[in-house]
This record gives sequence, structure tokens and C-alpha cells, in this order.
Amino acid sequence: MPVIEVNHLRKQYGDTVAVRDVSFAVERGEIFGILGPNGAGKTTTVECVAGLRTPDGGTISVLGREARDPELRRLVGVQLQESQLPEKLSVQEALELYRTFYPDPADWRALARELGLTEKLGTRYGKLSGGQKQRLSIALALIGNPKIAILDELTTGLDPQARRDTWALIESIRDTGVTIVLVTHFMEEAERLCDRIAVIDRGQVVALDTPAGLVAGIAVEQTIRFRPSQPFDDALLTKLTEVREVRHHGSQLEVVGTGNLLHAVTSVLATHQIIANDLRIEQASLDDAFVRLTGRDGTE
Amino acid sequence: MRVFTKLTLTELKLNAREPVTAFFTLFFPTILVVILGSIPAFREPSDDLGGIRVIDVYVGISVLLTLAMLGLQVVPMALATYREKGILRRLGTTPVRPVLLLAAQLAAALITAVLSVALALAAGRILFDVPLPAQFAGFVLAFLLAALGVFAIGLFIAALVPTGKAGNSVGTLLFFPLMFFAGLWTPREVMPDVLQRISDFTPLGAGERAVHEAMTGHWPSALSATVLVGYLVVFGLAAARLFRWS
Repeated sequence: MPVIEVNHLRKQYGDTVAVRDVSFAVERGEIFGILGPNGAGKTTTVECVAGLRTPDGGTISVLGREARDPELRRLVGVQLQESQLPEKLSVQEALELYRTFYPDPADWRALARELGLTEKLGTRYGKLSGGQKQRLSIALALIGNPKIAILDELTTGLDPQARRDTWALIESIRDTGVTIVLVTHFMEEAERLCDRIAVIDRGQVVALDTPAGLVAGIAVEQTIRFRPSQPFDDALLTKLTEVREVRHHGSQLEVVGTGNLLHAVTSVLATHQIIANDLRIEQASLDDAFVRLTGRDGTE
Repeated sequence: MRVFTKLTLTELKLNAREPVTAFFTLFFPTILVVILGSIPAFREPSDDLGGIRVIDVYVGISVLLTLAMLGLQVVPMALATYREKGILRRLGTTPVRPVLLLAAQLAAALITAVLSVALALAAGRILFDVPLPAQFAGFVLAFLLAALGVFAIGLFIAALVPTGKAGNSVGTLLFFPLMFFAGLWTPREVMPDVLQRISDFTPLGAGERAVHEAMTGHWPSALSATVLVGYLVVFGLAAARLFRWS
């Protein structure tokens, strides 16, 4: 049975429809990604799931309860986008304060250790780096020993190393049995972490699949680029069924096609004793799938 | 209750870490009493004040000064900052209702006010023989009514302003005219009748009157008590209706 079920969620602010029609189900123990361009309705969706907003239409069930059920506040940990703490509150004070909010809190020392905050326990919030603030925010979302953790844009503003550390952390949290809903607009993050992804655009779910499934679903062509050791007739390649197009960029050749393109091309080259220098293959990525699904560049 | 206590202690701790604010709210009223008490003329009985001394009056005024700084400046800034930074929103995701943080902030302000007022009363009594409130229960009542009325206005400001900075600015703008009516520059007791009448209906003026009445052995008058309860009800309800959590 899914731990979160969202059916035909709708939410608007005044005349602006933030979420038009969103449905998905999250299974126990998975990392479920919600991916979409800015303004797609991701945050509104999770705020409704977290019980912070009342939907205008549709139903949300979390752990078998209605999303606004106060009982859920102790079962669901939430890390909100742009939610801070008082500047002069220390890490330890924040952890000790927030643990009193829950009936069965986690051991804050262990949590601080897992999140690499032990060294910073005495440091005030205002003096923490962006990554440390983010980790404290995650710690506060987990301090109540939640069954579900909702994490909104958790690596935005982090440097690449901090981002990778955070990913490893999220995986270790999932390994303890916590179901994770991850809102992101980073392709790499979604591809690396998520078991399944709902792609949301303009308030609707435009695709829902595993990262590999999303990529396979769009069946994009591959592109091979290389510099041939000697000139040759394009017809050698264009006559192959796998090849759709051959393009020249100066000394570089670009071969676009499908199927086992690489093998077909290199076989022909080998037969004619042509060496492919600087060979590169470009395959479809989640990025391509995203652009195809939303018609927008994911990095926007 | 455990959560409320922890939140209140945290608020007190955070307030103490703002040295300027902590200094002014805790010690400035006492310093004012000490400075004014050092002026010999203010230690002589004054006919304008019906035979009591200027310093006797200013101990009462310092009570309102404390409440005005806390209620009009500290509380709105703190609460608007909590909203601005998403602290209230984060609290909304926990089993604790964000309103508890508002209550804790007010409790912390009240505790600070009690300490500050106790210091000012002690300084007046020890250094300048200012009698402690003759009607002590009446003084406590006047203090609480004035605190509630002023804090309600502070909550109302916090409900309206978008940021902590704006909260502080609005509070400061209100601080000066309202403290004028409480007699910070000219004691209410020697103001012309018209000003005294107006003062009776301002929150700090009504508060000063109630405190002065209790200092001189009476219960707060019905008028000042009613005015203060009125501010509490009107601004308290308006704040409750208008307060945004995110």
C-alpha cells in the first residue's frame, strides 16, 4: 500500500492556478522525486502533502490519513525551501529545542554525527555555511523520527562537494526505512537519487517513471563524434540502417542514428582502415527527457 | 507546557544575545531613574505634582518606558522576523502550533519587563527613597493591564508589517508620540488639561495613569483600566484576524 496517495490535486492562488491536476502515489521506503522547472507547482504540491496548505480540489492521503490531520505532524518530517532559524540560536540549541516537539525524538547527538554537525554544535545558525545550514535543516526534519521525510530543494545553493555529501546522506536515511519525497530541479540529483520521478510541468504530471524509464521513454537518438584519420565518402556510413544523418564540422564528423550505432559505425571504419580520433558518444540523459517532456531547458 | 517553557527560555536566551536590546530593555529605565534622581530639584516636593517629587513620578513612567520598548519595538521586530525567515512556517510542519512561539515571545517579554521594573523600583527605593507602590496588588494589576494593552498593539504591528525591519520602524514611529503621552518628557500630571484628556485614552498614557494611581495608594481607575482592556481586545482581535504565518 502506498504511504502517500495524491489524487487530482488542484490548488490556485487567486486567479493563478499553481497546481492543475496532479496525481501520484509514493511507495514505502522509496526515494520519490518531484522534478520540474521553476514555477511548475512542485513546492505547492509538497506543501499540500505536508498539510501546510489546503487543496482546492482532489484528495491527499498520507499514511492512511487526510493530509491536514495534526497527527501527521509527528510522522512526517519536512525540510522547507528558504526556511531559516534565529541567527543566534546554536546548532545544539536548535536540535534540543526541536526534539522537545516530538513524543519519540531521535538521539540528537547521533543525528548531528551522521550529518557531520558534531564540530558545529556550539556554532550559531548565523555563522554556519550554506551547506551546514542545509544539513541542520535536514536534521530538524529527521529529529522526530519520521516515517516520511519531505525535502524541498535540499541542495540548492550548495557547492558540488556538499551536494554529493548530501546525496550520500539521503541514501543512508532511506536505508533506515524512511520514505523520502525529494523536490528538485537538478537533473543529476534526480537521476542519481530517485527510485521514481514524477515530472511536473505547468501544474500537471507530464511523466512518472524510473529515471531510466523516463530516458528510454523518449527514445532519443545517439550522436557519435570523431575526427577520421583520413577523408572518406559519407555514403559509407549513410547506407547503414542505423545511421540517419552525417554532418561535418570542420575536421570533425557527427553521426546521428539509433540502435547499435557505435558498433555499426566502427565496423565500417575498421574495414576501411580509418581511425576514429577523439571519439565521443552522446546518449540521451534525463536532461533530454526533461526538455522533451516540458519543452524547457532544465537548467533555466 | 514543557514545550512552552523550553520555547520561552530559548526566546529569553536569544534576547539576551542581542546586547543593545538587552541593555535597553533591562537597564535603561533604571538608568533614567538614576539620572533624573541625581538632579537635586527633582528630589524636592513639587506643588505642581500635589506635593510629591518629580522622581516619584518618573519611577512610574519608567515602567511604561520598559513596556513600550518591549511591546512596540522588540516584539514586533522579533515576530515579523520569525515570519520573514520562515521560522513560523517551519514550526507549522512540527507537532507544535506556531501560535505557541508567539505566546513564548510575549512571555519572554513579560519576564524581561518584570525584571526591568523590579530593578527600577529597587533603584528608586534604595537611592532616592521613592516609596514602593502603596497599593501593591493594584500596581501588579496596572502593570499587567498596561503590558497586555501594549503587547496587543505590538502583535498588531507584527501582523501588518512584511519584515522585521519594518516592524521595528513602525514601532519606533509609534514609540515617541505614545511615550510623550506617558509623560516621558513632561509628566502627564503637569500636562495641560486637554493633553491629559487625550493622554487618558492613549495606551501608554492610560498605563501611566493606572501605575501612578497604584504608586500613590489607589486601585487603577475604571477609566484607565477600561482603556487598556479596550486596546487589548481591539488590537488583540485584529492581530488574531490579520496575522499571517508565512
